Order: sequence, then C-alpha cells, then structure tokens
Amino acid sequence: MELNRLTAHQLLELIKVNSIESQEIISFLEKRIKEIDNKLNAYVRKDRTVDVKSEENTEGFLKGIPISIKDNICTKWLPTECCSKILEGFLPPYDATVIEKLKSYGAKIFPLKTNMDEFAFGSSTENSYFGPTHNPWNLECVAGGSSGGSAAAVASDEAIFALGTDTGGSIRQPASFCGVVGLKPTYGRVSRYGLIAFASSLDVIGPITKDVYDSALLLNIIAGYDPRDSTSVNIEVPDYLKALNLDIKGIKIGIPKEYFVEGLDKQVKESLDEAISVFKKLGAECREVYLPHTEYAVAVYYIIATAEASSNLARFDGIQYGYRIKQKNLISLYKKTRGQGFGQEAKRRIILGTFTLAHGYYEAYYLRALKVRTLIKNDFDEVFKEVDCLVTPTSPTPAFKIGEKIRDPLKMYLSDIFTISANLAGIPAISIPCGFTKNNLPIGLQILSSPFNEEMVLRVAYNFEQNTVWHKIKPKL
Amino acid sequence: MVKSKSNSITIKTVNYIANLARIELKEKELKIFVKQLKKIIDYINKLKELDVSDIPPSSHILKLKNVLREDNLKESLPIKEVLKNAPEKKENFFVVPKIIE
Repeated sequence: MELNRLTAHQLLELIKVNSIESQEIISFLEKRIKEIDNKLNAYVRKDRTVDVKSEENTEGFLKGIPISIKDNICTKWLPTECCSKILEGFLPPYDATVIEKLKSYGAKIFPLKTNMDEFAFGSSTENSYFGPTHNPWNLECVAGGSSGGSAAAVASDEAIFALGTDTGGSIRQPASFCGVVGLKPTYGRVSRYGLIAFASSLDVIGPITKDVYDSALLLNIIAGYDPRDSTSVNIEVPDYLKALNLDIKGIKIGIPKEYFVEGLDKQVKESLDEAISVFKKLGAECREVYLPHTEYAVAVYYIIATAEASSNLARFDGIQYGYRIKQKNLISLYKKTRGQGFGQEAKRRIILGTFTLAHGYYEAYYLRALKVRTLIKNDFDEVFKEVDCLVTPTSPTPAFKIGEKIRDPLKMYLSDIFTISANLAGIPAISIPCGFTKNNLPIGLQILSSPFNEEMVLRVAYNFEQNTVWHKIKPKL
Repeated sequence: MVKSKSNSITIKTVNYIANLARIELKEKELKIFVKQLKKIIDYINKLKELDVSDIPPSSHILKLKNVLREDNLKESLPIKEVLKNAPEKKENFFVVPKIIE
C-alpha cells in the first residue's frame, strides 16, 4: 500500500493493527517527492542534506506520522526562510508553539519545508524566491497562495497533511485551487509564537488536509492558549472531532448576496448552486443574507496588511540573521541589504504600508481602514444573529495560469475578494472541494461562522464532504 | 511631510517613502512602483465613499486587555545558539559598521 496516499486518521487506523514505522511513511513521501516534485516545486531546498537530531517522540498520539510545514513557521534547526533571499540560511534556534505541540503529540516534522509567496505576500506562490509552485491538476496553473506549497503537496500525496498560514486567504484559496481542505481558525485560537509575522492582527496558522476529519484532528492539537502569544485567547478548546458526529438538520445557512456578483466564474457559480442543494437535502435551511460592506474589504485589507507588514519587516536589516551586503556605513548596509534581499512584492508592500502610515496620510488611509474594518465586522455580527454559518465560493475563479496576474498587482489582490473579510473580522472559515470545471480544475466552497465556532464550520463541512465524492478524486501526475 | 496629493504619486514620493523604509530601489523599480502604486492607491481611495466619522476604529477584533506577567527570572536562548545566524559576529556580539565617528 502506498502510505503517502493516506490521511492521518487512516494511518492511525492502520497503525492500530500493523506496526508502521515513521520512517516507512517518510520513505514513501520521499519517493513521491523525488518522482514528481521537480514538476510541482511544492517543497523548497530539496538538494539540502538533512542533518537533524531526532528529538521527537514517536510514541505519542500521532505515532510518528510526518507533517509538512510552511516555510514561515519556525522549526528548530530546520531552515525557515519565508521563501525570501533576505532570510537565506536562517535556522531558528527554537520551535514555534504549534511545532512544540505537534512534537509532544508524536508528530514527525517533515524535514523539507513547503513553498510559499515570499513572507506570504501573494495569492499564487509566484513570489517565492525558489520559484512558483505548479498546480497538481494542471501544471500550467498556479497552486494558489500564499500556502501553495502546502496545498499542492497535500493534493499530490507528497504530504500526509500540512500546516499553512492565512492572513487574507492564504490557506483557503490554495486549498480551493488544489482540491483539498484548508481551515483558517478564529484569530487567537492558535498561537502565533514562532510564526514569522506578516500582519499581526490578521495572521493565523491552520491545517491543510486531505479531508475534514484530519482538519479537526489537527486543530485539536494546535489550538489553545499560549502565554507567549499575547493575542492568543484563553478559552477552552473543545474536542473538534465530536462536532463531526452531528448532522445539519435545521442548521441555518446564510448565502451572502454580495458574493454572487459580477466576476464570479459561471462554473464556480453552478457548482455552488449544486452544493447549496446538497445542504438543503441534508436538512439545512438556506437563505439569502447581506454583508453590505463586502466591496470595501480588499481596500481595507491592503491598507491594514501592508501597514502591519511594513512595521513587522523592519527587523530584516542584515544585522542579526540572514542576508547582508557589507557596507562601511550602517544606513547604506540597511538600504542595500533590504533593496536586494527583498523581492518585488515585498518591497511594493513595505512601501505601500509605509506610505499609508506616513505623516499626512495616516488619517486618510490607515485610520479610515480601521474604521471600515469595524463596519465589516459589524456586518458579520449582525448576520450571525440570524444564521449559524455562511456558505460562499472560496475564490471567484478556479486556478489561473502562471504569469497571468503577476504583472498586475491589483488584479492579483482582487483574487482574494471572498477570503479577506474573514481575516478582517477574525472569524473561522474553511474551504472544501465542491466540484470541478470542464477543464478538470478543482472548485472550492467556503463555510464561515462566528468567532470560536470552528465546531460549526467543521460540522457543516464534514456533512457535505461525507455526502459528496469530490475529496476522493486525486490529480493524475 | 510629503506635499504631493495621494493620487498623484510621483518618483519623488516613492523615493521619499523608500528612504523611510530603508530600501534602496533601482531606477527601473522606482518607475514600475510609481505606476503600480498609483493604480493601487486609486483603488483604495474607494474607502472615501463611506462616511466613517462616527465609527470607532478596530485595530483588533478581539476584546483584548493588556497582558501582564510576573517579573520572574527565566532562562533565555543561549547566546551561542542565537549568534549562529549572525552574518558577522565577534565573541558574544553582532558586528555592525561603526555608528559614532
């Protein structure tokens, strides 16, 4: 049996009856990566010889099942470079909290990191210093981004499951483009300690998995309060797997009118309509709802996210780690190191963020954006008084061609139009497969719920998944 | 302060901002950025349609309070390990160019 094709929960079932060593699963993954990753580029630094002292316990709950980690989450003494030249060779001297937790549960941290847009700046993984990740369903298309490497690796059985990060859709959109499950938890549900920050009021770590069960299983492990992250929230973590046992009879699903407008691909719309009829068949009540400030979300996001990024990325200056261009003068060391160490999109965002925070512009842009953010959050608060969750397309289109949007940043930014609001409002959201286009590209649907109601999101997703076949179909590579 | 209007981003504005952000841009990059930023800023000006005078800002979505901890002595990362990543180091220090003449 090809162990790399299984989910974590399938492997756990198997391990109950057969003894499977962690190394056996890893060998299958390595073989698969060797076979196909020159086409996909889901992993980075594949030529690196791995020399890590195994300090993991493989006796814990996860029995040594390997998990793949995005390149912006700190893994002790394993390269963590945010796919940026400026962090070239960076070896974190500590583990992120999520990595500590995974290790304590007996997970094996897969030694190769997954590809991403540099510092998570992008929606296609084309902004990676290591080159783009290709979509497993069509190599000419993007895998989505910024967690494109994690999504492509999971979709193509180069990984059992993976962690991604989501600031404006970076887990959900690549999951949708690659036909896998991506969950963005509530802001504050999962510790950000050891996640290299992009936009601190929006960033969340979450699972990218082959099915909803694995998503719940992984969230059970990574969720929870962490005193080292002052924005992590100290409320009890439920057993998310329990939520999967419940049906969705009588659940009220809102369909936001603003998400079904011009620009929505016809095939995506048809697929969503079909999905809605599945929810109805399962006994859910579907009704139209309104999120009137949706059209402002992208503008708000690109002000707040770039402002926070410009401040967070000030630390990359060639002094303590990473790339440095030696100069006699400190200021020119900073300027040359940053000018040459950052890629185009990183520089563009730092400049845009610095601009909106600059004296004379702060009120017109940054402060105004924070106020509109309140309006967007209020829209959701209102709507969740009426319904239990929302169902929308994850992305207005299926995966686009590599190179199609890279020269037009605004066009690229607009591809996140359906995912951004969840980050601005901090709410949980999942993307699950719900069909394919005529050209055999996956389509994803998104389920959103109120803060800390991951149980609702997972429950509705699981009911849909178990009554459809989409998650079982794999790309031919 | 920059004098030019927001929707008339010039090479001078971008140069000024890049200097604040300590990023050296090539002439070619500057020109592309001016063009792209103009377009992006035109788009984000969309927010001006809304009257937000009575709306409070949300810098955060959680009801967060300042988190304080006990001031206890705790081990930090070993200096030797932290310095492993330094592009240039000497003994227990990061080496930087001379700052004070």
